[in-house]
Formats: sequence, C-alpha cells, structure tokens
Amino acid sequence: MKLITAIIQPDRLDHVREALIQADITRITVSRVTGHGRQEDIEFYRGQKIAPNLLPKIRLDIAVNDEFVDITVDTIINSATHNSGQIGDGKIFITPLEECIRIRTRERGGKAI
Amino acid sequence: MRKRFLTPLLFVLAALMFQGTAHAAEAVATDTGTTSWMLTSTALVLLMVPGLAMFYGGLVRTKNVIGTMMHSFAAMVIIGVLWPLVGYSLSFGTGILGGLAGWDSKYFMLQGIDDSIMASHIPEYVFAMFQGKFAIITPALIAGAFAERVNFKGYALFIALWSIFVYSPICHWVWAGDGFLFNLGAKGAIDFAGGTVVHISSGITGLVAALYLGKRRGYPKNVMHPNNLVMTLTGAGLLWVGWFGFNAGSAIASNLDTARALTVTQVAAAAGAFTWMMIEIFHHGKATSLGVASGILAGLVAITPAAGVVQPSGALALGAIASCFCYTGILIKGKLGYDDSLDAFGVHGIGGIVGAIFLTFFIRSSWMAEAAQKAGGSWTVIDQLGVQATAVGVTIAYAAIVSLVLLFIVEKTIGLRIKENDEMSGLDHSMHGEQGYGLINLN
Repeated sequence: MKLITAIIQPDRLDHVREALIQADITRITVSRVTGHGRQEDIEFYRGQKIAPNLLPKIRLDIAVNDEFVDITVDTIINSATHNSGQIGDGKIFITPLEECIRIRTRERGGKAI
Repeated sequence: MRKRFLTPLLFVLAALMFQGTAHAAEAVATDTGTTSWMLTSTALVLLMVPGLAMFYGGLVRTKNVIGTMMHSFAAMVIIGVLWPLVGYSLSFGTGILGGLAGWDSKYFMLQGIDDSIMASHIPEYVFAMFQGKFAIITPALIAGAFAERVNFKGYALFIALWSIFVYSPICHWVWAGDGFLFNLGAKGAIDFAGGTVVHISSGITGLVAALYLGKRRGYPKNVMHPNNLVMTLTGAGLLWVGWFGFNAGSAIASNLDTARALTVTQVAAAAGAFTWMMIEIFHHGKATSLGVASGILAGLVAITPAAGVVQPSGALALGAIASCFCYTGILIKGKLGYDDSLDAFGVHGIGGIVGAIFLTFFIRSSWMAEAAQKAGGSWTVIDQLGVQATAVGVTIAYAAIVSLVLLFIVEKTIGLRIKENDEMSGLDHSMHGEQGYGLINLN
C-alpha cells in the first residue's frame, strides 16, 4: 500500500478529480493548503501587483494498493499540468503506507482501501 | 487615427450639452420630508446590489464566488455610467419612435435638471438617482440564471446593451407619463415598483439566457453545493431591508401611500418566507435556510407591483401564493432539466408574474372606485385583469425576443459562454486572476 500526496494548483482541481474518477480512482481527500516551491505567483489586488510569499495550493491524499500507484500518478500528472513549461504545476510524493483500517467494519490492510 | 475619431465626438457632446442648458426649470418648492425619505430610499435600493452579490455569491461553488459577486458589482459600475449618460433620457424622456422609448436631450448627462424640482416636491436629481438604482439591480438579477459559466467581458457588454434596448423601453412604457402601459385601461397597468419592469423582464431574460447558453458542465449529474449559506442569508437580509426603499420609495412621496407600501412589503416578505418554510417542513421534514431566503424573495417580488394597491390581507395572500408557485416552478425546473442556476426565473420571473396578475383580486375598493369614475361608470376586476395580462404579456414577449437577439450578438462577437477549461478552473481564476477566500489561508 502506498500513500500518494499531490500538491497541485487550485485551478486544476476539477480537471484532476474528473480524470481520477474516469480512471476509477474514486477515493480521495482534498485540502486547501498554502506553500511555495520555486514558483513566484503574482496576483492583482486593487490594481497593484503583489507577490505573496505563501501561495494557495490544493493537497490531495490518495491511499492505493501497489498495483494502482502508476495509473494514479500518471492521471494526476496528465491532468494537473498546465502544459506551459512554466514552473509551478506542483509535486507528487509517494510514501509507504503501513496500515489501513476501515472504521465501520474494522477491516485492515489492502481490502480496506 | 484616434484623434480624428475623437474630435467630432467631442463636438457632438458639446452640442448636446449646450442644447441641454437651454431648458430652464421653473421654481417649485422642495419638500424636505419627502426629499429626505427619497434620499434614504435611493441609498436603500443601492444597498440591495451588494445584498444580491452576497445572496448569489454564497450560492455558487467556491471557485466562482468572486466572479459571481462581480456580476452585481459590474452592474453598479456599468449601469452607473450608462444611466446618467443615456438611460434616464431613454426611460423618462418624451416618447420617440412611436413611444418605443423616450428621449430628451436635456436629460443627456442629466444636463438640464440642475435646477429642476419636480411636481412631487423633490429635486429631479433625487428621482433620477432613485430610478438609476432600479436600472442597476435589474440586469444584476439576470446573472443568477447563467451563473458560473459566462465570460466577464461578454457579460459586461450584454448588460450594457440590455439596459439600453430592453430595460429603458419597458421602463418608459410602464412608468413614464406618456408610456402606453402607464395609460392602458382606466388607471393604467398597475406596476407600483417594478413587477414587470424589474422582475418579469429580468426573470424572462434569465430563462432565455439559460436556455440559449446551455447548462453548466456536469449539471444536473453533479450536485453543486452552495459555498457559503451564511453569506447568502446575510444577502437575503440586506435585500429585505433594501426593499423598503425599493417599494415604499416608489410612492415618490412621504405620506399615507408610503406607509401602505412599507406595511404590505413587510407582510408579504414574512408571508412568503413562512409559506416556503411550511411547504418544506411538510414536504421534506426540515426547514432549510435557503428555503427561508427564497421565500422572503418570492414574497418581496410578488408584492413589488402590488404595493400601492393591496391591503395587508392581500399582501399575506400574495406572499403565500408566490411561494407556492415559485416552489412548484423550481420543482418543475428540476424535471425539465434546464439550468437556471440560481433561480432568477424561478423566483423573479414566476414571482413577478404571479404578483402582477394576482394583485388584481386584492385591489382596495377606493382604487377601483376611482378607476370606475375615470372609466366613466364601471370598472371591474376582469377589466383590470385584462390590463394586467396585457402588461405582463407585452413585457414577456419584448424581453424574450430582444434578449435573444442581444445574446446572439454578444455570443457571436466577443463570446458569452465561457470556454470549457476556464469553466472547470472557475471564474475567479480564469476571469479575474483572484480567489475569494485566499485570506482564510496563511499568507
């Protein structure tokens, strides 16, 4: 089992969610987070250009069995990119997942995912 | 190139301004009480626009909150410029083109009313600004029908054209002294504060636009939850408060008529909300906050045309009837599957039609007696029903046809329906480069 954590741009959230559902990856946790990589975003407030140092991002947490890692990661990559070549499209982290428990049935392991 | 275009334009402007100052205003005394109330009403009606922004803004998804609130604010900005330029003249000038609209060069840029005090003893500036607020909120109401899927530039052009070609003519017919609906039948078509001019015209346009532009991506398969009902309720509250200016101000007086209008406005809003709440409790077992907000609006919309002629019992009935019709209308919308996203037609269109038609059965007897006298003998409820139905029918037909033409023009030139990718990203990001709730995050 793996935990896939992806940090993406907020405007790609619907694209990624739709693509994941098309690929039959239907269990997901989404949170609003702030942070930054190398990207320097510029927004407009009252006509003034300002460069906030912490930027809004979307964090996706998806727990999957090993055989679903590749399809999940590929789907996120293809749908989260702006295809602009510019920095800031986000990152994906994959970590080993020790245990998974479904609270209702108390099932453990891969079948609980 | 630009200069060559500007010079004749400036000459035209100068000529129009000069012509305007040629009209001198005759002296009528200002009544300070009436003027104070009308100034207050003018401010109250403007308060409804940010109220509407909050009402609509809370109902859409998070990614569209700024884009949706901007639809209301854009109306304040764009119609705020257009109204003193040409809107007031097109609405309240002397009839031209066979009464299609008004025009009076002294009203261009409000040039000729600098010293003008009206027969109602208020400065004409107050009346012009009061009416301007109605012109602002009406196109903003339409935006609820095509929320979450229009291009901002296309929207801006559309409301400007709509204000000139739909709002001003209908306003002229119904409210100008020489308008044909104002003079229809014994005492004219009854539209006290904008049942036809504001609510039916915007509601019908909303329906036409929703049908023409198509559904939002994913509707109705994906449930689209409101992002902030707290904001929606705050907005509904501001609308209720502002509506006292909208209706009681429409008496253009500070007297018995004002008191009557204010009372029935309060009663109808409460009756509408109460009815909607009861329907939900019996239908679903739970009263929702959105249901209460919708009921408030349904009651207020229905009493708008009627506030000058019905008594509190009639207001109770109109509020209740409007909520029943609007609730049913929204259920039918779900069955038919068109995407009037925030029920601009469902509440303003249906509520406005219900108010303008059903008010006929609740008119106070003194009004009917006056009408009978003017008609030279008798004037029955059926006679007035015919007048009301004509006014409603004319408004529906005109607003639907002209709006469809305007929608077509805007869609084919700069585009009104947003691109699919932009719709998925949300209006806030794709149209404005901003986000609504960024400050909730650390920054």
